[in-house]
Amino acid sequence: MKVLVPVKEVATVDDEFEIDGTAIDERYLGADLNEWDDYAIEEAVQLEEDGIVDEVVTVTIGDEDTEQTIRQALAKGADRAIRVWDDALEGVDLLDVGAKVAILEAVVAAEAPDLVLTGVQSGDDSFGATGVALAEAVGYQWGAVVNQLDLENGAETASVHRELEGGIEELTEIDLPAVLTIQTGINEPRYASLRGIRMAQRKELEHQTLDDLGVDASTVAGDLRLTEMYEPESQSDTTVYEGSAEDTAAQLADLLREKGVAQ
Amino acid sequence: MSDVLAVAEHRQGELRDVSREVVTAGSELADETGGDLHVAVISGDVETFADALSLEGVDTIHTVAHGEEFNHDVYTQAITQLADELAPGYVLAPNSVNGLDYAPAVATRLGVPLVTDTVDLATDGETLVATREMYGGKVETTTEVDGDQVVATIRGAEWAPTEAAGDATIEAFDAEIDEDAIGSTVTGFEEVAGGDVDISEADVLVSVGRGIDEEDNLDLVRELAEALDATLSSSRPIVDAGWLPANRQVGQSGKVVTPDVYIAIGISGAVQHVAGMKGSDTIVAINTDPNAPIMDIADYAIHDDLFDVVPALIEQFS
Ligand SMILES: Cc1cc2nc3c(=O)[nH]c(=O)nc-3n(C[C@H](O)[C@H](O)[C@H](O)COP(=O)(O)OP(=O)(O)OC[C@H]3O[C@@H](n4cnc5c(N)ncnc54)[C@H](O)[C@@H]3O)c2cc1C
Repeated sequence: MKVLVPVKEVATVDDEFEIDGTAIDERYLGADLNEWDDYAIEEAVQLEEDGIVDEVVTVTIGDEDTEQTIRQALAKGADRAIRVWDDALEGVDLLDVGAKVAILEAVVAAEAPDLVLTGVQSGDDSFGATGVALAEAVGYQWGAVVNQLDLENGAETASVHRELEGGIEELTEIDLPAVLTIQTGINEPRYASLRGIRMAQRKELEHQTLDDLGVDASTVAGDLRLTEMYEPESQSDTTVYEGSAEDTAAQLADLLREKGVAQ
Repeated sequence: MSDVLAVAEHRQGELRDVSREVVTAGSELADETGGDLHVAVISGDVETFADALSLEGVDTIHTVAHGEEFNHDVYTQAITQLADELAPGYVLAPNSVNGLDYAPAVATRLGVPLVTDTVDLATDGETLVATREMYGGKVETTTEVDGDQVVATIRGAEWAPTEAAGDATIEAFDAEIDEDAIGSTVTGFEEVAGGDVDISEADVLVSVGRGIDEEDNLDLVRELAEALDATLSSSRPIVDAGWLPANRQVGQSGKVVTPDVYIAIGISGAVQHVAGMKGSDTIVAINTDPNAPIMDIADYAIHDDLFDVVPALIEQFS
C-alpha cells in the first residue's frame, strides 16, 4: 500500500510585524512545517513501521527554499519527496483550494496512492478544504478531521474517528482509496533523529514543473483574489498593565482580589 | 438577482446553533442581491427541523429525507442536485467539522470557487467579497471571489442567529441518492473527555497554552492555580502532547467554559480555542505577543513573558 502525504511549508509571523500591501512584510516571516501535516507524516510512517504500508511519498508545492522543510519530513521517515514548482506560481498571492487541487490531482494520477493523508488545515491560510476537494476531484472516498485511524493489512476500508465539536467523535468506515485529513493529537509526532537527518540527505527529492505534470498554468491563478490585509480591530477597552513583571503582577493581583479570587 | 442556498446542520436529533446563523448570513446576502433565500435540511427528522427553520428571511425550505445522521456522500449529492435545480449564486454552509466534510466536495463537483471560514460576506451582485483571517487570526483579509456560483462556509458565532419566525414554504426535494456512490458509513458516536474534574463548573480557570514550552514547566501554572484556588485548564496542544487529560481542554472540540475569571497564559487565542471561553466574565491574557488574537477579547492583558509574570503573581498570593 502506498501513502501520499501533501506537506506544506507554512509562513510563521513574528510577534511584531508590518503589513506591506496584501502580505506581511517578508522581514517578519519565518517558515515551518505545517503543524497538522506533521501528524499526517507521523501517521503514515507508523503505518509503514507496522508493515501495513510499503511506501510513504510526500508532495509539496513550493520553491527551492521549501526543501529544508521537505527534508524534515524525509528525516522523520518518509521514503521520497516530490516538490512542484513553476514560474507560473511565483506571483500568485493566494494559492486557493482549486489551484492546489489542480496540482495535487495530477500527482495523485501519477502516483496512484491507496491513501492520501493531509493535514486538517494549514496554519497560514487555513482553508481547511484541500483534502476533501482533492478526494472529490480524483474520485477517492474521504474523511475530514480524523483523530483515530485503524487500518488492517490488506483491508479495503479504513476505520476512523472523526472529531466533531464538543467532545463528540463520529465512528466511520471509509472505503479505500481515500483521502483523510488528519487532526493534531492522533499520534505523537517524532523529532527527526540525527540518523534520520543524515539519511534524509540521500533520499530522492524530485522537482516537477506544471508542464511535467500536464497542468495548465492558467488554472493556478485561481478564483480568489486577496485585495486587502490589515490588523483586526482590537476591542478598545482592554486594560493593558504596564511595567516590570512585579508591577504588572501586583496590578493583576489587585484585580483578582477585587473579583473575589483567593481572598 | 442571485438566490442563496443555505445548508442547515443537525446532530443527534438537534438542530445546531449555526443553522440559524447560516440563515442570517444567507438572508443578508439575499437582501443584497434581491434574490430568494432557500434552506436545505438533509437527513434526520426533516419535517421538525423544517418547522424550526421557518425563520424570518427564509423563502423556501427544501427537505431531503434520507437516513438519520449526517453522511457526507448524501449531503454532497443532495446539495449538488439542489444547486443544479435552483441555480443559486451562493451556496452557504457552516464552517463546522461536518461543513468541511462536504462543502469542498460540493464546490469541486459543481466546478465553482470555494471560500472557507469567512467572518463577513458582501456582494454587489457580481463579485463576492469575503472577509477571512490568516496566520491564526493575526491578520484579517478581504478576498474577492469571481464566479456565477460560489460555495462559502461561514465561521460559527460571527452572524447572530435568526430567532424571529417566518412563513417559509416547505417542499420535499426528491433527491436521487445513488447508494452505490456512498463510500462511507457512520457506525456510531463516542463521547470523550469525561473524568475527575468538570472545568465547565469552575468559577476561576487558570488556562495554559503552548507558551509553557515544556511539560515540567506546567508545575508553575499548577502552583498558580493552587494559590488562586482555581482550576487548571488548557488549550489543545497541551492535551495533544499528553501533558494534561482531554477533560481539561477548552475549545471547539473540548469544553465550553463560562467562569467568572479566565486567565489565559501563553495561549494565542485561535478561533477554535476562543469558541470555548469567550463567554467568560473577565478574561485576562498573559502573552509576550501584543498582536496575539487573544488580546482582541481580553479585558485585562499583560504583554510579557509568562516565566517572569507567573512567579511574581504566585508571590503576590503566598
Ligand atoms: C478542527 C479543529 C478543532 C480544534 N479544537 C481546539 C480546541 O478545542 N481547543 C484549542 O485550544 N484549540 C483547538 N484547535 C487548535 C487551534 O487551532 C490552535 O492550534 C490552538 O488553540 C493553539 O494553542 P495555543 O494558543 O496554546 O498555542 P499557539 O497558538 O502556539 O500559541 C502560543 C502562544 O504563547 C505565547 N508565548 C510563547 N512563549 C511565551 C512566554 N514565554 N510567555 C508568554 N507567552 C508566550 C505566544 O506568543 C503564542 O501567542 C483546533 C483546531 C482545529 C483545526
